[in-house]
Amino acid sequence: MKRIYMDNNATTAVRPEVMEAMLPFYKEHFGNPSSVHWAGRETGAALEAAREKVANLINCTPAEIVFTSCGSEGDNLAIKGVADVLRDRGNHIITTAVEHPAVLSTCEYLTKQGFEVTYLPVDGYGMLDVAALEAAITDKTILISVMWANNETGTLFPIEQIGAVARKHKICFHTDAVQAIGRVPVDVQAAQVDLLAISGHKIGAPKGVGALYVRKGVRLTPLIHGGHQERNRRAGTHNLPSIVGLGVACELAASDLKGAAQRLRQMRDRLERGLLAIPESQINGHPTERLPNTLNISFNYIEGEAVLLFLDMQGIAASSGSACMSDSFGQSHVIEAMGVDPMMANSAIRFGLGYDNTEADVDRVLEILPPIVKKLRDMSPFYHERDVTKATA
Amino acid sequence: MYSDKVIDHFTNPRNVGEIENADGVGEKVSSSCGDRMKVFLKVEDGVIKDIKFQTYGCGAAIASSSMMSELVIGKTLQEALDLTNDQVADALGGLPAPKLHCSNLAADALHEAIKNFQATTA
Repeated sequence: MKRIYMDNNATTAVRPEVMEAMLPFYKEHFGNPSSVHWAGRETGAALEAAREKVANLINCTPAEIVFTSCGSEGDNLAIKGVADVLRDRGNHIITTAVEHPAVLSTCEYLTKQGFEVTYLPVDGYGMLDVAALEAAITDKTILISVMWANNETGTLFPIEQIGAVARKHKICFHTDAVQAIGRVPVDVQAAQVDLLAISGHKIGAPKGVGALYVRKGVRLTPLIHGGHQERNRRAGTHNLPSIVGLGVACELAASDLKGAAQRLRQMRDRLERGLLAIPESQINGHPTERLPNTLNISFNYIEGEAVLLFLDMQGIAASSGSACMSDSFGQSHVIEAMGVDPMMANSAIRFGLGYDNTEADVDRVLEILPPIVKKLRDMSPFYHERDVTKATA
Repeated sequence: MYSDKVIDHFTNPRNVGEIENADGVGEKVSSSCGDRMKVFLKVEDGVIKDIKFQTYGCGAAIASSSMMSELVIGKTLQEALDLTNDQVADALGGLPAPKLHCSNLAADALHEAIKNFQATTA
């Protein structure tokens, strides 16, 4: 059975070029980049070359890149780091109801430390109202943290507008760009972002490496205290092979950003059109302002986990933000914030297309999924009791 | 995370459907996750002659409905009333811990259908 991986918003395979570039840094070039001798000098040069490649992708200077262990670390460092430094100036943070847990849980933690957090709502497309964001600003606001693209729905927030508002009010602006990097153009100058977190494993670099962009002049309290690495912003010996991998992945992404997005969008749109032909299905997310690779779709009257199991048995890996995943109950906070009908929300399935997907993969999902939906609907009491007169195609 | 038996019953659920003019109909909804099971019974001389179910829910919910139906078909109403949710889960080779409390409702739905039968024939 052919295996099809369509869960690239969860993680991606390491790209072959990335892997190849990393390998020499395990054995031949093993030096600690902080060492002065020959072994350290050669890895030190590789570290800075990787930093430059990451910086190029988001249009900043290499000195503004801090290597981290993952996207969550970047979000934590940005939010806690700024909150700690600016604590005397105010205790108010603005974020949204649909952020990744790395942001939401960090904000909850800060609430216990005396901070106040405003969680902005979103509309039915998962879109944010920038006027509402500006209205939420008080003289105590020290940080705005709004994601670039939503991990569950792919909805893209108007980051440039938010950046302009933050700059106008002289408030530090952090964005979790983990899903956006490599899929849409990300330019920290145009967006007037002060802090931006990225993760390697969403763009074909390995797990366990990420980066935080820290605009020159923005001060942060480190999360990890220790040596002088990363200009005292993040201690700990560098994970050099993975950092080299992140650099190459960013270079590859930058070299083909438009082309890759176009290929992904074409396949995603075909998948979307095909699946929307199933009656009483709906897209969760914005119709146009959306990552080119992401499709979050609901099929009413059935439950998402059951769909995923059937897909999995046919070798197709997708994901569900809905209830009943093995260790987490309750609806997805993102879909819930969008006000989606609970039964629709429970059937939400997310496809995240990636570099390795082909048109044949789309064909296979389009062949396999409609009968699964039919089978589960035939089993569902809600489907048999539905008001056929109200049902829309 | 699921046993082979769960996967078998989920993939090929037994006794899915509806019985027209059923002797008893009952259902149970999970308060924690919204899973819902509806059970239809055909009863003759105190014995379950036929059983069908409709289930909205995850793999565990569907598999436990199917297993329950297999366990009670041909059994007396008393034997069916003695069946517990835990026995259904055991017959499936166990369910993941988080599922035991939300998707393991099949015996409850069955008991509701029997009560409905008993109420309408009393």
